[in-house]
Amino acid sequence: MNGDQVPPMDCIEVVEVVTDYLERRLSEPERELLERHLALCEGCEVYFVQMRQTVTALGGLADHAPPADLDGLLAAYRERHPT
Amino acid sequence: MTSPPDAELVEALRAGDASAFESLVTELNPALLRLATAHVSSRSVAEEVVGDTWIAVIEGIDRFEGRSALRTWIFQILVNKARTRGKRDARTLPFSSLRRGDGDEPAVDADRFQGADGAYPGHWARPPVAWSSPEERLASDEARDVMLRAIAGLPPRQQEVLVMRDVQGLSSEEARNALGVEETNQRVLLHRARSKVRAALEEHFDEAEAETR
Repeated sequence: MNGDQVPPMDCIEVVEVVTDYLERRLSEPERELLERHLALCEGCEVYFVQMRQTVTALGGLADHAPPADLDGLLAAYRERHPT
Repeated sequence: MTSPPDAELVEALRAGDASAFESLVTELNPALLRLATAHVSSRSVAEEVVGDTWIAVIEGIDRFEGRSALRTWIFQILVNKARTRGKRDARTLPFSSLRRGDGDEPAVDADRFQGADGAYPGHWARPPVAWSSPEERLASDEARDVMLRAIAGLPPRQQEVLVMRDVQGLSSEEARNALGVEETNQRVLLHRARSKVRAALEEHFDEAEAETR
């Protein structure tokens, strides 16, 4: 296949390249093709939005739950690094 | 993130600033625990690995040379310990649990698309349905549990990359440094992992919707 010719994209292909697109790793023709597909295909647009929503929601998981043995770690730390 | 820059933090840790140590532990511990869980057989072993990692940080901070970011260095320690421990544990695990590879699975089940005999082969047969009030529902405890369960079910490498990149918000370069996974491979793993979490959320939301009908 020569570099200028990219075959048209099917939905089954679109769902595989969403992360490449979000990470800006698609070639220019591929990116254009994907964006054109998303503009015309409701199912893929919904899929794309859900992937972005998933990534955002995953970022919300970075909670700040303290570890079970914070006291033990602090004691070990103070012993090794006295002020 | 509003954490102090590395140099400042490293200085504080070396000088015995317990509150700096405490906030670092509080910040990173959940991600470390999740990463460790990818490799070892139980939560308690994962907690042990994380504890050992912090001890290594306490012992090693004076020798930390700053060639990588502090957090990357800590993740590296964890990943090395977890992989070693995981290999040891793997010998005692049943065969089936060793079979969870990173095979070439599709992002979406193939039966969601039209086959060769459909009107539009390769196009959706059952397209996803937009989630209603997504911000609110994705922030719920239920959705959180769904995501955590989905993450726990991922193969180790996918889990590592997803936790580092999406949960912890590290760059692909930081993840590459900590995990030793090149960017191309990283994107494949990340995409598989994200796809599975999305699918789990979709299933959960679809069920919830079916119940209200």
